[in-house]
Amino acid sequence: MKKVLFVMALVVLVAASYAQDIKIGGIGPVTGEAATFGISTKNGMTMAVDEWNAKGGIFGGRKAKLIFEDDKGDPSEGAIVWNKLIQQDNVVAIVGTVMSKVSLVGAPISQAAGIPMISPTSTNEKVTLVGDYIFRACFIDPFQGTVGANFAFNDLKARSAAAIFDLGNDYTKGLAENFKKQFEKLGGKVVAFEGHPTGTTDFKAQLTKILQGKPDVIYIPDYYNDVGLIAKQARELGFKGPLVGGDGWDSPELVKIGGTAVENGFFTNHYSSEDKRAIVQDFVKKYKAKFGAEPDALAALGYDAMYIMLDAIKRAGSTKGAAIRDALKATDINVVSGRIKFDENRNPIKSAVIIEIKNGKQVYRTTVNP
Amino acid sequence: MGSIFSLQQILNGLQLGSIYALIALGYTMVYGIVRLINFAHGDFFMIGAYAAYGSFYMFNALVAGRSGTLAFLVLLAAMIGGASIAYLTNKFAYKPLRYKPKLSSLITAIGVSMFIEYFFSALPAIGPSYRSFPDIIVRKEIRLGNAVISNLVIIDLAVAAILMVGLTLLVRKTTLGKAMRAVSQDKDAARLMGIDIEKVISFTFMVGGAFAGAAGLLAGMTYPRIFPYMGILPGLKAFIAAVLGGIGNIPGAMLGAYIMGIAETFASAYNSLIGEGIAFAILILVLLIRPRGLLGEKIADKI
Repeated sequence: MKKVLFVMALVVLVAASYAQDIKIGGIGPVTGEAATFGISTKNGMTMAVDEWNAKGGIFGGRKAKLIFEDDKGDPSEGAIVWNKLIQQDNVVAIVGTVMSKVSLVGAPISQAAGIPMISPTSTNEKVTLVGDYIFRACFIDPFQGTVGANFAFNDLKARSAAAIFDLGNDYTKGLAENFKKQFEKLGGKVVAFEGHPTGTTDFKAQLTKILQGKPDVIYIPDYYNDVGLIAKQARELGFKGPLVGGDGWDSPELVKIGGTAVENGFFTNHYSSEDKRAIVQDFVKKYKAKFGAEPDALAALGYDAMYIMLDAIKRAGSTKGAAIRDALKATDINVVSGRIKFDENRNPIKSAVIIEIKNGKQVYRTTVNP
Repeated sequence: MGSIFSLQQILNGLQLGSIYALIALGYTMVYGIVRLINFAHGDFFMIGAYAAYGSFYMFNALVAGRSGTLAFLVLLAAMIGGASIAYLTNKFAYKPLRYKPKLSSLITAIGVSMFIEYFFSALPAIGPSYRSFPDIIVRKEIRLGNAVISNLVIIDLAVAAILMVGLTLLVRKTTLGKAMRAVSQDKDAARLMGIDIEKVISFTFMVGGAFAGAAGLLAGMTYPRIFPYMGILPGLKAFIAAVLGGIGNIPGAMLGAYIMGIAETFASAYNSLIGEGIAFAILILVLLIRPRGLLGEKIADKI
C-alpha cells in the first residue's frame, strides 16, 4: 500500500513538473471611463479559464493561468501592459482588449512578438488588419449596418428609411453608411441621411427634415444617451414608426432617458441572454451564480474570446505562437455569441441578434445570419 | 412638405433660441456691468438643471398630482440654484480680482468653470454620468397643419418671454435697475452718488444666474438628459449669441439668441452634413460687417 502511494506521489510530482501552467494574458479597462465594459469582459474571461481548468486543463493536463492587466481604456497604458505581459510574464497568447483605440496600439506589439491575440470587442475594421496574429471575437462595424437594413426591409417590411448619425464618430457614421448601402441594394429608398454634431441635445431640425420624407423606419446607430433624446424628439414631432439601431443601444439607461419613446425600437447586438440555445442559457446561469449579475454582451464576448483562444491552443497542442495562430485560423466552434469561423481578415463570420424594446425591457426578437 | 422654412422648423428654432436667450442675458448683463466674460456662466445653467432635478424629487410627494404647482416650485428652485452659485462665484472668485488686470479675471472665469464641472462630477450625489430628467409636465402634442406643437415648445417660449419682460421692467422701471444702469456707465460716478456698487454687481450676477438656472430647467425638460458638462456647449453658443447681438446690450442678447437658434436649425435642415458650419459662417459674416454686433451701438445704458 505504501509503495503504491509512493509511486502515485512520484507520478503526480513528475506530471506536475511537466504540466506547467499555460500563461494567457488578459487585458481590459477595469478602471476609467469604460470600467463596466472591462469588468464584464474580465468576468467572462475568468469564467472560461475556470471552466477549462475544471475539465482538466488545455492539453496534456496543463492548465491555463490568466494574468490580467488593466489598460484603463488608455492607449499609452495599453502599450505598457502589453509589453509587460509579453516580456515579463512570457504569456503565450493575449485576449484583449475592449476599446479599438487601445487594441490598435497592442496589436502591432503582439504581431512583432509573434504572440497571437484575440480582441473580444474591438469593432474597428483596422484592428485585425495589423497582421496575421490578430483576431477578434465580435463582428465589425459595417456588418451591423447591413444586418439592420436586412431586418428593416425583410422583417419590418419597410420600403423607405431615414438615418441620423453623429458626425464626429466613425462608429455611428460607418453603421449609417452601411445601412444606407444595403437598404438601397434591397430596393428600398433612403429619404434622408442626416448628421448631427457631437454633444448636441437638439435634433429637431434634422428630424423635422427626416419626417418630411415620410420614412417607414428611422435608423439611429448612436449611443444610448443620444438615442434616448433622438427617440423622444422624433415621437414629439409625430413619428410613430419603428426605430432601428446598433449595439450602442445596449444599456439599461436607454429606457430611462428615452422612456416610452424607445418602444417599437430594435437594435442589432452580439448576443441576447434570452437566446434559447442551451449554450447561452447554461452560460447565463453559471455567470449569474458566479457574479450575481445578468451577463451583458461584453461578458459573453470576453468569455467567447477566451474560449476560442483556449480551444485553439488545445488543437495546436503547442504553446508556440505560429502553431496557435494556425489553429485559430482553422477555428470552427459554437460559442455563446454564435457559431464562429474566421474570414481571410481574421474577422468572425457569425450571426447577430435583434433585440426589441418592449414595455421598457430588452426582448430577444430574432437571430440574423450573415 | 419639403421646405426648410416650414412652420415646424421656425418653431424648432424659436424653442432653441429661447434657451440660448436666457443664458445669453447673463453673459451680457455681467459684461455690461463689470466688463467680464464670465465663462462659468454655462455651468450656472448646469447647476440650475440639477437644482430642478433634485427639487423635483423633494417636492414631488409634497404636492402630489398638482403638476402646475410642482413646475412652479421646481422653476423657483432652479432659479435659486443658479442665483446662489452666481453669488458665490462672484463673491469668492471675481470680487477679489475686481481692480486687478482684466486678464486675471478672465483666466479665473475659465478656472471657476472647470472647478464647478469637475467638483460636481466628483460629488457622489451628482456623479459624472448622464441622468435622465423626469417628466415634470406630461407631454402633449397639438397638430397644426403640417406642424406638431408640443406643450413644451409653448412653455419654453412663454417662460423665456415672461422672464425677459420682467427683466426689461426691472432694468427700466426700478431704482435698482437705475443703479445697475448707472454702474454700467460709470462706476466711480455711481459710487460718488452713494450707490453700493458691489451690491449692484452681486445682484446682477444673481439675476444672470437665476436666468441661467431657469434655462437649465427648460433644457432639462426639453432634452431630458443632464450631466455635469452639459453647460459647455450651450454656454458657448449663448456667448456667441450675446456677441452677435452686441455684448452688453440686453435686447441685443435676446435678438442674437433667437437668430442663433433659427440659423442653427435652418442650417441643419438645409444640409446637416455641413450643418452648424453654415450657422457659424453667418455669424462670422455678421461680425465682419458689424463688429459691435447687431444692436451694439454706443447707446447710453449699456448693461
